[in-house]
Amino acid sequence: MVIECKHVWTYISDYLDGTLSEEIRVTVQKHLEHCELCSAILDSTRNILVLTADDRVFELPVGFSERLHQRLEEELKPKKGS
Amino acid sequence: MTLQEQQGEAELIAAILAGETQLYHDLIRPYERPVYLLALSYMKNETDAEDVAQEAFLKAFRHLSSFRADAKFSTWLISIALNEARGRLRRQTASRTESLDKDPDEEGAVSPALLRDWREIPSEAVERGEIRDLLRKAVETLPEIYREVFLLRDVEELNINETAEALNISVSAVKVRLHRARLMLQKYLAPQLKSVTKPKRRWFAWS
Repeated sequence: MVIECKHVWTYISDYLDGTLSEEIRVTVQKHLEHCELCSAILDSTRNILVLTADDRVFELPVGFSERLHQRLEEELKPKKGS
Repeated sequence: MTLQEQQGEAELIAAILAGETQLYHDLIRPYERPVYLLALSYMKNETDAEDVAQEAFLKAFRHLSSFRADAKFSTWLISIALNEARGRLRRQTASRTESLDKDPDEEGAVSPALLRDWREIPSEAVERGEIRDLLRKAVETLPEIYREVFLLRDVEELNINETAEALNISVSAVKVRLHRARLMLQKYLAPQLKSVTKPKRRWFAWS
């Protein structure tokens, strides 16, 4: 089975997650072997996902944890009279 | 999460409910980041996001007795945070109306940015503030329904089922939205990352 580039694009996400059926995966794989365009799209998508998931991109504000646990402490204290 | 960790969590919850409230600190530590990030994806500013996250953790504590043992604590907690963020946003923008009849999952396909080649950008690149800002901005510009799925699934690494449960949407909606989010990011980021990381011949900056 031969598929067009724009069909390959609809499978990118599942391809990266390894959730395509074996038949489609093989078809996509074959396409990627000879299509520079789709290979570059796939590689860039994979690369971008690794970069955006890096812990250094989204960080907790400085002191977030301390302030949170301090506020919780008020709530967690046993209530007077109970 | 391993079964052991999940059992540990269930024991912690039981102990907290039995009166050892201090253990709540330990229970929530692994979820500070995902809850904050989800709040940030809605509130768009750090102060409000922090406030929403704190409220969510407080509410979860107050309602801990209503937590069902067959659910996952993480998804329960995230859905509390989600309600908190949405509720607050609704109050802030009470006058602004949005079209609700359009099903966002029915929209047309997203096309990626077309490239001839891709030079791998190593993870060390995120040490550069310029790159970090670019990545953050890209995620922030995603439409809300894509952003929340992307953050939970790809950044916080919840699995598809957990993401669906936390956001109260179907598994197929998670998959569709995730796919769109990823392609939108590729479309937005690939050309920009390519140009900022392009090896250039230039004078060395010694400063």
